[in-house]
Amino acid sequence: MIGATVHLTIPLVFAGILFATGIYGVLARRNAVLVLMSIELMLNAVNVNLVAFSQWLKDTLVTGQVFALFVITVAAAEVGIGLAIVILIYRNRETINLDEVNLLKW
Amino acid sequence: MSAQDISLTVLAIIGTLAAFRLVTTRNVVHAALSLVVTLAMVGGVYLVLAAEFVAFVQIIIYVGAIVVLLLFSLMLTKAPIGRDALDNQQRGLAGLVAAAVMGGLLFLVTDSFHAEKIVPVHTTTEQIGSTIFANFVMPFEVVSILLLAALIGAVALARKEEP
Repeated sequence: MIGATVHLTIPLVFAGILFATGIYGVLARRNAVLVLMSIELMLNAVNVNLVAFSQWLKDTLVTGQVFALFVITVAAAEVGIGLAIVILIYRNRETINLDEVNLLKW
Repeated sequence: MSAQDISLTVLAIIGTLAAFRLVTTRNVVHAALSLVVTLAMVGGVYLVLAAEFVAFVQIIIYVGAIVVLLLFSLMLTKAPIGRDALDNQQRGLAGLVAAAVMGGLLFLVTDSFHAEKIVPVHTTTEQIGSTIFANFVMPFEVVSILLLAALIGAVALARKEEP
């Protein structure tokens, strides 16, 4: 299989579709946990782009893949904090519907 | 079409269908299971692109840890079932925005890169490790501080107040 080529557009189109789907989920969902899942979709789209371009540019330092690892780490931290906040809101308000949580609404 | 092209296309189609199901399903547990499928397919894309370490990290951290965390919080909060309980009223507008973003992205990507080919070169874990510890030491340390802060913050937020 050495020397076989891949069209660059396939991973890029996949990433674009994942990102747009994530945007729809963030905008259309009410449930806070589902919004967090959609954010994960968007972060994964970014990672697919990073890895695809890292391979396309034949980067000897594999910077794209290292940055994908950093993005995964930051996503893990974000989910941890986000779910702690969600559970705290549920404990106080008995709901995690984002349009009912309006304490900070101006 | 090489074998890699075909397998990438299959992985991308399954991942896309699962992602659509994730944002349209009326059952939150089904959404989490669709997320597992999408994340696994993204890991498969990394494997076909010969980025094995990122693929395994994807499987371990996302499918192994983050989805379990999401499922736990689904179980700990009340999860109503039904479209009106899970979606808000701006569904059409959200679909319009998402379709516009998708159209723009896909046009730009196919217009710019339609002739480009990747020759996947096997990336060893050793390469990634030496890059992190030779060129990205500072971001690595910053990320470890960030993880520590997130850990302490999550514990402090979710802890029950002592009476």
